[in-house]
Amino acid sequence: MKILVCITHVPDTTSKIQFTENNTQFDKNGVQFIIGPYDDYALARAVELKEQLGASLTVMNVGESDSDPTLRKALAIGADDAIRVNAFPKDSLFVANQIAHIAKSNGYELILMGRESIDFNGGMVHGMVGELLGMPSISPVMKLEVEGDTVKMSREIEGGKEYVEAKLPLIAGCQEPIAEWKIPNMRGIMSARTKPFSVVEPVVEEGNSRVISYELPPAKAGVKLVDKDNVEELVRLLKNEAKVL
Amino acid sequence: METIKKSINGGEFLIKETAAEDIFIFEEFSEEQKMMAQACQDFVDTEITPRIEEIDSMKNPDLVPQIFKKAGELGLLGISVPEVFGGMGMSFNTSMLIADIIGAAGSFSTTYGAHTGIGTLPILYYGTEDQKNKYLPKLATGQWAACYCLTEPDAGSDANSGKTKATLSADGKHYVLNGQKMWISNAGFADLFIVFAKIEDDKNLTAFIVEKSFGGITMNEEEKKMGIKGSSTRQVFFNDCQVPVENMLSDRQNGFKIAVNILNIGRVKLGAGVLGGVRTVTSLAIKYSTERKQFGVSINTFGAIKAKLAEMAIRTFATEALCYRAGQDIEDRINSLIAEGMQDSEAKLKGVEQFAIECAIAKVHGSEVLDYVVDQGVQVYGGMGYSADAPMERAYRDARISRIYEGTNEINRMLMVGMLLKRAMKGEVNIFEPAMAVSKELTSVPSFESLDTSTLFAAEKDVLNKLKKVFLMVGGKAAMSLQDRIEDEQEVMMNLADVMIEIYAAESAILRAEKLVGLRGEESCQQQIAMAKVYLSEAAEKINIAAKEAIASFTSGDEQKVMLMGLKRFTKMDLVDTKSLRRQIADFMIEKGHYPFS
Repeated sequence: MKILVCITHVPDTTSKIQFTENNTQFDKNGVQFIIGPYDDYALARAVELKEQLGASLTVMNVGESDSDPTLRKALAIGADDAIRVNAFPKDSLFVANQIAHIAKSNGYELILMGRESIDFNGGMVHGMVGELLGMPSISPVMKLEVEGDTVKMSREIEGGKEYVEAKLPLIAGCQEPIAEWKIPNMRGIMSARTKPFSVVEPVVEEGNSRVISYELPPAKAGVKLVDKDNVEELVRLLKNEAKVL
Repeated sequence: METIKKSINGGEFLIKETAAEDIFIFEEFSEEQKMMAQACQDFVDTEITPRIEEIDSMKNPDLVPQIFKKAGELGLLGISVPEVFGGMGMSFNTSMLIADIIGAAGSFSTTYGAHTGIGTLPILYYGTEDQKNKYLPKLATGQWAACYCLTEPDAGSDANSGKTKATLSADGKHYVLNGQKMWISNAGFADLFIVFAKIEDDKNLTAFIVEKSFGGITMNEEEKKMGIKGSSTRQVFFNDCQVPVENMLSDRQNGFKIAVNILNIGRVKLGAGVLGGVRTVTSLAIKYSTERKQFGVSINTFGAIKAKLAEMAIRTFATEALCYRAGQDIEDRINSLIAEGMQDSEAKLKGVEQFAIECAIAKVHGSEVLDYVVDQGVQVYGGMGYSADAPMERAYRDARISRIYEGTNEINRMLMVGMLLKRAMKGEVNIFEPAMAVSKELTSVPSFESLDTSTLFAAEKDVLNKLKKVFLMVGGKAAMSLQDRIEDEQEVMMNLADVMIEIYAAESAILRAEKLVGLRGEESCQQQIAMAKVYLSEAAEKINIAAKEAIASFTSGDEQKVMLMGLKRFTKMDLVDTKSLRRQIADFMIEKGHYPFS
């Protein structure tokens, strides 16, 4: 079986987020980039499946050359080869088009990715790829087993769990606890540099949306303590100050 | 002074000027090395930090061995072991980097250091091919844990005076070990013991590889310690322990040499091994001082706190600079010896031995910076720093051992000066000639030429060169006046060591900042430049005090006057506004929210 894992190259979760150029560009200065945490789980599950099923595992990213270390880390974790589509990931549809093209050209049967990226949190790419390729796309998947050509999955839904079965080929947007998060071992890191790594040009140039500007959430206001016996005051504050009632 | 390139010998930093491009700096680690460091950091963050209380409680005897095995699976236990023996065969400086990151693992960093350093390296460097093939793969993968049994109740710093005996059995097939060893890290779960003992009435120790399964090994309960409580430390007793003769390590009476050479490596790695802890503590102090409010504002807005935060970073920056500079010098020497045809293991030993002075400096500087940083960390936390519920209390206790093990800092100070003088006597390091020149300079008219300070660090380098003259003046005079008695004048040896350490640290900090400016431009290296400047200013003060003490102790009359005048001339530097620079550094770190310089 051929597995494709799509990873994002995103700022570390502890990064300080700042914008430049009149709030239209994200300021990468001093920011450490990582594999998207949800994608990391997808990759971890793929590595397990690779060992279990003797599958091949390709990892891909749509990004510029600064994504290379992130892809090499995925190779260190256990992917066999890496593909980078050499383009700034303009928006979800643009990325989905690239993935669909790569997936179609190489005939991957199982396409895993995170339920969403943690930079733009669109959560749309898996659905779009499904639509473009005419494959089932399921998200968020928290358990995934492959039995022959059937994939058994479970996902959390409001108030319970849903069990889903689908035939290969398919796409899954993953999240924990689908697999145990993997730290690359030293040997994996050393072998990453010798694994195949290809850079390809994008198939379409444009996306269908553009960022007008970014805005940081308002700074957290101080906490107000209200005496436990003074419910009226609490209600007044929630109504008049917080305006949530 | 002559500017040298790459071919520097150990201790020569005192008489030669090093160019910035000839040192390695932390910022130059490759993507692969950084990935390894990150993997190691992830291991510490996920496997150790969340369980640090449980580890230190020692209630679950399986916990540390389990974590140890996991470190083995990740390949962290075989970093220095060649691939043919199941390790990673990584470079010397990579092994320093991994030791650095593991330094944030509290007790486990001792477990790690004892196994990968003193536990494994004796076999790697002195073992026969059979011994290497038999034991290294098990040690490199964590299948077996190792410990190192050198210290005895009456043989600590004076290690060669150990009483443990090895007696050849009647059939000549075994050595029978009898004796008692003390403060043995990893003893509780070790499968393999490197044991030092004396055969008959030998003057020197002999080393043996002892498997636990040989029998005749018993232990006391775990020692109750001030810190690193989760690291197994026990007394080990050998009662007729039968060791096959083929398990003698290297030659008879070569044990002391093994112990000394392995400790050289342990020392430089301990220097790096404090760094993970130092950075974590500094970052925690930055965070806490931001969150903690008094008088209506964050305490990080107070100058007294900013000065502490900045000073923690400045010293850390210097330790990082000197450790990786020394590490690369060692690595380069190893590579050049191998290129000349020397065997791998021998080249590694010789490479480290060449820089034994720098190894001792790294150990002393690193452990004292660690102690300084945890002390200030507690202070920034205030009352909460004294509470066992906050991380500073543990850090403070854990740190203290670093000034004691791998040779106390006093032994290391004696050693670095003693070794330099020995090398000077042998003509390996030419300090006497420059010392004579300095001596002549003392009685000549000072130059009134003004220094061109238009290039970055020109003034600082001039100060450094003069500080080196302080060492040559005081050290040269001490060697001549005291001669062999210098070994008994331990206070003078301590003073001279302090001068050496501060010169090496200040120079390393300046060269690191200079090299970084070359890589990234001056604009983005303002903090590093400030740190190097403040460090040098402090170093000059410390050197002044140490030199003055030494001069007062062994000179008098006119000679003393001349030397004091020389000292004044050589420690003269423009006043540095350390307060403003420290504030600038602290503000930058507060903005970043952590120690942001590596």
